[in-house]
Parts: sequence; structure tokens; C-alpha cells
Amino acid sequence: MSYVLEGKTGEWEVVIGLEVHAQITSKAKLFSGAATNFGAAPNSQVSLVDAAMPGMLPVINEICIEKAVRTGLGLNAEVNLHSVFERKNYFYPDLPQGYQISQFQKPIVGEGILTLNMPEGQRQIGIERLHMEQDAGKSIHDQDPKLTYIDLNRSGVALMEIVSKPDLRSPAEAGEYLRKLRVILRYLGTCDGNMEQGSLRCDANVSIRLTGEEGLRTRTEIKNINSVRFVMAAIEYEARRQLDVYENGREVIQETRLYDSDNDETRSMRSKEEAHDYRYFPDPDLLPVILKQEFVDSIKATLPELPDKKKDRFIGEFGLSVEDATTLVSDIDIANFFESAAKISEPKLAANWVIHELFAILKRDGLTIKESPVSWENLGKLVSLIANGTISGRIAKDVFEIMISEGGDPSQIVEEKGLKQISSTDEIEKMIDELIEANPTQAQQYQDGNLKVAGWFVGQMMKVSNGKANPQMVNELLQKKLS
Amino acid sequence: MANLNNLTLAEARDGLSRGDYTAVELAEAHIRAIEDASRLNTFITVTSEIALERAKASDIRRENKEALGSMDGIPIAVKDLFCTEGVQTTAGSHILEGFTPTYESTVTQNLRDAGAVMLGKTNMDEFAMGSANITSYFGTVKNPWSADDGKDRVPGGSSGGSAAAVSGHLAIAAIGSDTGGSIRQPASFAGIVGMKPTYGRCSRWGMVAFASSLDQAGPMTRTVRDAAIMLNDMAGFDMKDSTSVAQNIPDFESAITGSIKGLRVGIPAEYRSDGLSDELSKLWMRGVELLKEAGAEPVEISLPHTKYALPTYYIVAPAEASSNLARYDGVRYGLRVPGDSLDEMYENTRAAGFGEEVRRRIMIGTYVLSAGYYDAYYVKAMKLRTLILSDFKRAFEGVDIMLTPTAPNSAFPIGELMDDPIQMYLNDIFTVPASLAGLPAISLPAGLSDEGLPLGLHLISKPFDEETLFRVGGVLESSLEFNAEPSFLRGLS
Amino acid sequence: MDKTTVKDIAKLARIKITGDEVERLADDLTNIFDWIEQLKEVDTDNIEPMTSVIDMVMPSRIDEVNDGNDVDRVLQNAPNRPADGQNFYTVPKVIE
Repeated sequence: MSYVLEGKTGEWEVVIGLEVHAQITSKAKLFSGAATNFGAAPNSQVSLVDAAMPGMLPVINEICIEKAVRTGLGLNAEVNLHSVFERKNYFYPDLPQGYQISQFQKPIVGEGILTLNMPEGQRQIGIERLHMEQDAGKSIHDQDPKLTYIDLNRSGVALMEIVSKPDLRSPAEAGEYLRKLRVILRYLGTCDGNMEQGSLRCDANVSIRLTGEEGLRTRTEIKNINSVRFVMAAIEYEARRQLDVYENGREVIQETRLYDSDNDETRSMRSKEEAHDYRYFPDPDLLPVILKQEFVDSIKATLPELPDKKKDRFIGEFGLSVEDATTLVSDIDIANFFESAAKISEPKLAANWVIHELFAILKRDGLTIKESPVSWENLGKLVSLIANGTISGRIAKDVFEIMISEGGDPSQIVEEKGLKQISSTDEIEKMIDELIEANPTQAQQYQDGNLKVAGWFVGQMMKVSNGKANPQMVNELLQKKLS
Repeated sequence: MANLNNLTLAEARDGLSRGDYTAVELAEAHIRAIEDASRLNTFITVTSEIALERAKASDIRRENKEALGSMDGIPIAVKDLFCTEGVQTTAGSHILEGFTPTYESTVTQNLRDAGAVMLGKTNMDEFAMGSANITSYFGTVKNPWSADDGKDRVPGGSSGGSAAAVSGHLAIAAIGSDTGGSIRQPASFAGIVGMKPTYGRCSRWGMVAFASSLDQAGPMTRTVRDAAIMLNDMAGFDMKDSTSVAQNIPDFESAITGSIKGLRVGIPAEYRSDGLSDELSKLWMRGVELLKEAGAEPVEISLPHTKYALPTYYIVAPAEASSNLARYDGVRYGLRVPGDSLDEMYENTRAAGFGEEVRRRIMIGTYVLSAGYYDAYYVKAMKLRTLILSDFKRAFEGVDIMLTPTAPNSAFPIGELMDDPIQMYLNDIFTVPASLAGLPAISLPAGLSDEGLPLGLHLISKPFDEETLFRVGGVLESSLEFNAEPSFLRGLS
Repeated sequence: MDKTTVKDIAKLARIKITGDEVERLADDLTNIFDWIEQLKEVDTDNIEPMTSVIDMVMPSRIDEVNDGNDVDRVLQNAPNRPADGQNFYTVPKVIE
């Protein structure tokens, strides 16, 4: 079930490559000691090096090399023990040096693979390369009618540019690729993947061709898309736009475009550099990056279990469904929360509670799992109270509500509010007897063949016991008694 | 009291130590000399107040028996290429006129920490591009030396101001910078000692960058001993400079032992070009003889790629410069010439801010890096660099030091060699190879031309072997007995 | 080196050159590049381009914040600071 565009001239397929810029999670910038926090006061996180003052020189932040290697390994890619920083020269006010320190001919990471689990099956998407580069500053155009304001806080922040091969064949695949890449980066701890804050940005290279056609046609580049949804929408729009171009006898122009989410369309961008001649050459202020194999191996040894592996383990070890496991591994924080809770309770039940009860609350209140009002410990405790029969599922929901609004340890809450399940046969039988006595009409109805009336009795039992009667036992004993 | 303007660094060090005079007296004497020498146009910014402050502080330290070392209280001049906190730093350019750094370069900070007294910022070729100090926005520097024809002569470049200051006794010593010969060639033209350390010996942090893989700070003094003393406080590892080498700094002065017995001195055949004048050739051979008499063994060597060094340099240096000078765009500091659009502002600013030579080299550099030409020019030049370096490596297996002339001619009159850039470039023909190979080299005044102008001899040694440079330099210097004085000092100009 | 090339390079380098200068530069650059041509005489087929004269591993810094947080320092020499006193650099408006 592949993605095709039905045109007048036939069936067309879309060819997509994604270039993702991921901000490396680090305290300081790639070549200077200034901070990298989001949202700081303008120009307050700018060193003399970032401002490109005369005589300033770059010195590399070791953690950035480590995280780039880590990311490469997490993408099953080749780490190049010898890589070189080069200058990409062009003029723009948010680029104080007049060049960006990047890697061109010899990137730190080479080819790799990202596996996507699509509904129609697994897809292996090739990674072309990963390299390190400086981020540029920010231009603000709306503060003055005649001037553009420049904030260099972001200038010099470390980025990893991850380039895929043009292996993606649908907007859905592109969306899934971006989602998966983001998850992996968060698992590895090399990028926080926050697209709203710009820690992860995506450029899409899009071209189309007739199904079965060899070679690639002209592609356009859609720049700086900052959400998965927009990436898919932008590609969808652009593919159709190109189809329209071809089918009206015109040629697609190689150009840079922007996605306008308000109008759901891509628009041509006025080019920043007319002649795109970046005049790359090795940066003479830096030496080549030479890594030892032992260094790379030591990083490999500390790689965390990645989503696919973890998913398989959750299914195998915990007996979770594919769907539930997929949901739980979709984010490292969720996976860790779940697993910690599961280990002190019962996995399937814990899974249920995280996915249904906890997520609902998080969604309602707009919280991430790290901001959860209920800790994994307390959730785990709650689930184990259900698992060992101390409370029923129904009562657990009430306890959960209390935990959300007031906080607290579930065992304590159960104790204080006397919410323990009533599981003593005698007690339940006593209550049933009382009910039957008090409601002879309904009891008679049951005996006359209206078995549904049992449900009414169950409801009454719940009322009378304040929900604490063990539901299974109620059902069992009720049946016995009514018959 | 000794004439305070005629002291070498070593003499001043001793004099201060004995209490013959104070640092303030030394500073005042030199400030007066500077005022009297304005005609030479050696300084862009004179920092008399700062000089007297630092001199005073030095005297107080000495009183409290807390004198710092050899450089404490010594009045020096600083090439305007080095960023000095709170003091205008222009790199000889209009585009940085008025720029006042909020930071201090590592090299000048090192000297400051050693107690040196900064007299001012010396004039220089714009962005260190030039061999005659005629490209400065702040006017040409005049060599304290002139010939009988009375014409004003160039001091060499790009450290022309520093050379003239030391030569004219306006400062005891000066900091210069050398990329292709910018310390050594002006030292030769001005009859003083000028030394370029091994690449990586001195930090480049805070030094306005011209060609990153070649730039080095170095001392310009009147004796070899002075250069050794000064280098000790300039050099050192700097973690803010990724090309700074963590190499042990020996006491350079103690390397001047006076003995070079058994040392093998290489004489590169390829430096004996057709264009080499008779007088220079004779002087070179005299140098060889003197070293031989002192016990060294001259050895004929070959550095086959010598003639390609200069064209190689004129690809590599402009290429790096074109990128290093991109930051001068009127946005964050320096000159801004308005424009209706951003690009117009850039273009107007850079056209007005940069002089002709700088514009020319930026153009060369931009071209050799551009698409389609990168391999043919830049990569080719970097390969030539490998070959030039291996020429030296091979030759140094059989010799300990090399002797060559410093410059192909003596100081020429201001206004000559202006028509053809290449003629100007040829001034660096002997100094450039050592730059490309990152080797330490020194120029010392060896003799006078027929016109009575200084000619220098040039020693090159192995990486981080400045000690041998100073050792042989010391012997050569005493053997040559060069004691001529510039006409300026003799009151003839 | 023809005039069009000179103009293109000047554009790349963001330096305004006019009339006479274009011609002068074209001449100068032609001469310089003619002189540089001699490098072709050297066979460099199996030679590696030099990466650095220095034979050492690239030094690195520890990941810690020890710089920045001094707006005045970086804005002090800036021309055309905003009239409203905000801490930005300014340039003629750019339309993206």
C-alpha cells in the first residue's frame, strides 16, 4: 500500500530526504563557554568568541564530540575516527564570523540505518551522514520598521546535522522517521527533541517522479519545519504542487521554500546567498578530530537499550501487547516510569494504568510524564494494591483521584479512608442475605428466569458496601444465593 | 647616567636592578623620544599615561623587593595587531578605527604580567598585509635609516612601526607579528633583530587574525639576547587557542652559550637565485665563514621546492584572510557605512573600510576557495606545503640550523615597487618557506649595502628548537660586529 | 581573470568595486594568477594536503559555562544600537 499521486499523466511517487538539525544537549556551546539555555535575555549568553570579536578563537567542547559519536552509534552508523571541521563561508547578520564552523568532506559519522515500523511492515531508511556544526543567531524583524534586530544567544550552539538518504516514500513515512529519530535522540540523551523550542528542526527535500521511473528529478528544499504534523502536511502539499507543475508542462525549479502552516502551503523563499558558493575549507584555527577506537568502544558500551529492543523486551518479559509496548517505549521518560512502576507491582496492570488512567490526567492538565503529580513509586504501589486484592479496580480509581488532587501514598489513603476491599465470604454473604430479604420482588424475578436482575443486585451491593465489596466474590456468591 | 634611550633590554634589566635609574625615568625618556620622532609615524596610539602608570607600579614592586623578572619596567611598543584592553586597536585599518577591545591578547597580557611597560601601539601594514608599511590607513612609516640621497625609506612590513620604533630607539623592544616574514624582513630593513618562534609557541588569542595557520607573535629587539629574554615571557601554552602547543619553555637566554663547535649549518642551494645581488651574496658567504671560524661545519643542502614557496603562500594566506576578514561587516563593531539594504551596507562598509592591498588579497582568497578553483589552487597549495615541510624535515636530518639572507634587497625608497604587487611580494622570498613550514627563524643585522643601508642574515632551526637559533644567532651577532646606527639617530634626518 | 569574474568575486566578498577598480583588479589578479600558475609544474598526485604544521591532538574544553552573561561587553562597540535601549545588534531590515 504505497503512497501515490494520481495524476492525469499517470501514477507518481514522491521521493523524500530529511535533514534534521538537532541541538546537542550540553551546558556550554560547541566552541565557547557561553550557556545554551532557551529563552535567555537577548545577548546574555554570548561570549567574545560567539560575537566574533577580532582575535577570537574556537576551542571544542568535548561533550559534543562524545554525543555526536553516541548518536552515530545509536543510529547503527559508522563513526569516522578522522573528521575535519571546515568553514562554510557566507554573509548574514546572524552569522557573526561570516562563516559557520561545520563539517563538509569528512563528517564525524557516516552511513547508518533507522528502522521504521509502518502499518504495512518494517522499512529501513538509510542515514547518509551526521556532522557537527554551529547554530546561527536569531534575526528579529518585527521590532522596528527599518531595522532587523540580532540576538546572538543561539550563535555557536552545538548542532548535529543528520541527513537521511532519499529513501522515504510518503508523508507518513517522513513523519514516522522524524518521530523515531526524535525518540532515539531522547533515549540517547544527546538531544532533548523539543521542537517548539527549536532543539529539533527539520528540512525536507522533496521531488516526485512517475512510478517506476529511474533517477531523481529536481528537488526543492522546505526549510525549518518545526513539528511532525507540519512536516507531513508540507510534503503532501509540495508533492501535489510539483505534480501540478509537471502536468502543466512546466519544470520544477530547484529552490528553497518555507511552509506556511496558516495557509497550509509552501512558498518560495528569497535566497540568502545568491551564488551558493560556500567556499568550504578546513578551519585553520582547529586541528582534525582524531578519535581512538577505544574511545568509541567505551561509548558504545554505555548505550542505553533503544526503543525497538525495549519494545521487544516489554512484549517478551512482561507479556504486553504490541500496541501497549509501542506506546510505552515511545518516549524514554515514559518507558522508565512504566518499568520502574511495573517492577514493584504487576506489569500488565501497570501498563494499563499508565496508558489509560495516568495519560488521561497528563493530557488533561498538559503535563509531561516528568511533571506527573503521581510518582512512579506511588503508581506502582497503587497497582500492587489492586494486584494483591487489597482494593478493587473501582476503588483504585477513587484513590487515584485523591492522589492526583491531594497527593499521598496510596496505602495510607486506603488505610485512612478505610477503603480496603471486603473479601471475607461471611461478610459478603451476610450483605447478600440482607439485600435479598429486603428485596423479595427482585429476588423472585431472578428465580423466575430474569437473570439480568443480578446486575441490579450487584449495583445494590456496591452501594451498600460503599464500593468495597470484592466484585468477583459478589458475582459468585450472588449467583449461588439467588439461585 | 647612561643615555636612557641607548640601552639594550639586558642593560636596562641590570640598570633597573642596580637602581641606576627607575622604570619611570626609562618610560619618560622613551615617551620624549617618541614625541620627537613623530615624523617617522611609528605609532598609531601612544599610551603615555598607561606607560607611566605601569612604570610606577614596577618601581613600587622593585622597592618592595617584589620585582617580577627580566621584563619588569622595560618600555616596549606593541604592534597594533594585538588587542589591548581599553586601548584602541586598529590593525592599521580604517575599518577598526576607534575599536576599543574589552579584552587583552594573551601575548600582551603575558608581558603585562611580567611587568613590561607599554608605550603605545605601533603602525603596521593594514591587517598585516604588506612588506613596506605603506598600506596602513594611518600613513606610511619611515625607516630611521636613510641613504645619502636623503629619500625617505620604507621600514619593511608588516611590522614596520615596531621595527622603526626599536631601530630609532623609541622603545627598547617591540612585539611584532610574522605571517610570511613580517617580523624578519622589517628587522632586516631597519638593522635590528627580529624573531619568529615556532608556530604554536605563542598564543594567537586576541591577535587580529590574518592567516591563521601562519600568524605568530615575536620579539623585535636590538640584540639576540634581548629577543631571547623577551620571548620567554611572550611564549606559553594557552588553552583558549587550539593551535597553541603545550611545549616546555626553556630559559632561552641561557641558550646563548657562545659555543657552536661541531654544529652543522645548512646552506640551501636554491636560495642562491639569479636575482641575488652580489653584495648580499658576499654578505651571506661572510656569515658562513664566520660560523665556520667559530667551529661550525657548513653543509650544502637542497630544499628543492623553495621557488614555489612564495606563490604557495599567496594562495594560502589570502584564502585564510578572506575568511578571517569576513567578520568586519559593520554589524557588531568597527566602521559602518550605511546602505539601503543589508548587502549594500556590507559592500559600502567593506569597500570604505579596507585599503587596496587588503581588498586585493581578499579577492585572491575568495577566488582560490571558490567552486571550481578550490582543488586547482587551495588544495594544490596545501600539497605544496607538505612538500616544502618535507624538504625541511629531510634537510634537518643532516644539519642543525640553516643560514640564508633575510631579504633580497635593502630598504627601498617610499613610492617604489608600487606598480606591481608581485614585485612587492618578492620581498618575502627568503622568509616565506620557514613560515609555511612553521619553523622558528631569526633575522639579525649583518652588514650595510653599498648605499649604507642594513642587510640582514637569517637563521632557521627545527621546530621548538629556538635554543639553537639563539645560540648560533648569538655567535653570529658577535662575529659580525654590526654597530652601525641609523641616520635618524645621528641627527642627520 | 575577466571583469565579470572580478565582479562576481567582489559580490561573494561583499566589497563594492566600481568602474576603474574593476579593470585594475582584473589586471592585477590576472598577473598574480599567471605567476601562481608555476605551481602546476610540481607533480603532487600522491601528496597529501597539509592539515596543520602542528603534530598534536586537538585540545578540548570541559562542558561547563564559564563565559557570556556580559551584554555590555559584547555590545559596547556596536554601531547603531536600538533607540529603545534593548540589547540587540541592528542591521538594515532583511526580508526573508
